[in-house]
Amino acid sequence: MNAAAVIGEALVLIGTFFYFLSALGLIRMPDVYNRMQTSTKSATLGSLGVVVGTGIWAIGTSYGSWSWLVKTVTIATFLLLTNPISAHALIRAAYKKGIPLWHGSVVDKYREHLKQEGGEE
Amino acid sequence: MIGVNVYLVLIAIALLLSMYRVFRGPTTVDRLVAVDIMTTITAGLMVLFALYYKRMIFLDVALVYAVLAFGGVIAFARYLEGGI
Amino acid sequence: MGEASRVSRYLYTVIVLFIIWLFLTASIDPQELGFGLLLSLIVATFAYEIFTTGGLANLHPKKIIYAAAYIPYFLWAMIMANLDVAYRVLHPKRPIRPGIVHCKTVLNTDAGKLALANSITLTPGTITLDVDDEDYFIHWIWVPDEVLHAETEDEHVKNASSSITMPFEKFLKVIFG
Repeated sequence: MNAAAVIGEALVLIGTFFYFLSALGLIRMPDVYNRMQTSTKSATLGSLGVVVGTGIWAIGTSYGSWSWLVKTVTIATFLLLTNPISAHALIRAAYKKGIPLWHGSVVDKYREHLKQEGGEE
Repeated sequence: MIGVNVYLVLIAIALLLSMYRVFRGPTTVDRLVAVDIMTTITAGLMVLFALYYKRMIFLDVALVYAVLAFGGVIAFARYLEGGI
Repeated sequence: MGEASRVSRYLYTVIVLFIIWLFLTASIDPQELGFGLLLSLIVATFAYEIFTTGGLANLHPKKIIYAAAYIPYFLWAMIMANLDVAYRVLHPKRPIRPGIVHCKTVLNTDAGKLALANSITLTPGTITLDVDDEDYFIHWIWVPDEVLHAETEDEHVKNASSSITMPFEKFLKVIFG
């Protein structure tokens, strides 16, 4: 057991924990907007931990090399750039489709903005 | 330490938990959010598979999977919004 | 920012494509490097017109230093955001008070707005819902008191912007302009 393998395995463990958290958020939250809040963030950080952790872990094994780390960092960067975009597309689709906010929501400035624009035209 | 196969099982359980929301609904967007999370988790699972089978080429599979899943989710979101 | 010369735009595209090739192949074999350079040169001839308008000015050392400083700052903000989310998910009473707030930004370029929207989505309890010129509409999982009880619209926007967009803008303003 060397240092790279230990650090990598710890990162994978943390990432797995965040995966569980995102699944739990998906189950526990009351409406689609809050589900998205909790699950996209945790899933992104979870993949960052698992993917980069795997790259570091591979350096510490007999078959691994530095190219593992470069490739996993590429995958992690890609996930980091694309996950927020799909979350944005989904939450916009949810709002445009007319899914109401949870009854505990306190403020909705977007509706006022849309009304204003509709009134001016 | 614990070993790769235990992490594979743990991540598979997280996938099953998010599957609950896919079946439960109640709206289409709810299901789609759950599918989006599942694709992200699956990409991580594939990277771990590369370590399990000791093959670096499997990392490319995970990368291509992430690209295609992103395109699919965007296409579905645009469809729900009425854009296509 | 005006449009840079064609040569500078072409060179910038080649450099970026070649860096992407290096990361995707993860190898320093001379054959792979040569083929990657050849492919970058060919692809850049077709792509440079839509790829960039700034050209080599995008590689200004000040921008690179700010981008390098932005990465650890952003990762730290993201870890804090996830601990916050973990607290809200695991707490038995589920302490959430969601709402959609209105923010304004000072960024001008499209790339800067995209980076800001992505950063907002990944950090504490906020998701960008829609971007309309300089107006950002953001779903917030816990709307704080000073935003919720703001007397006027302007005050609401000012309070919301100072806690959501301001921390990132000071970096992104330099990087993307």
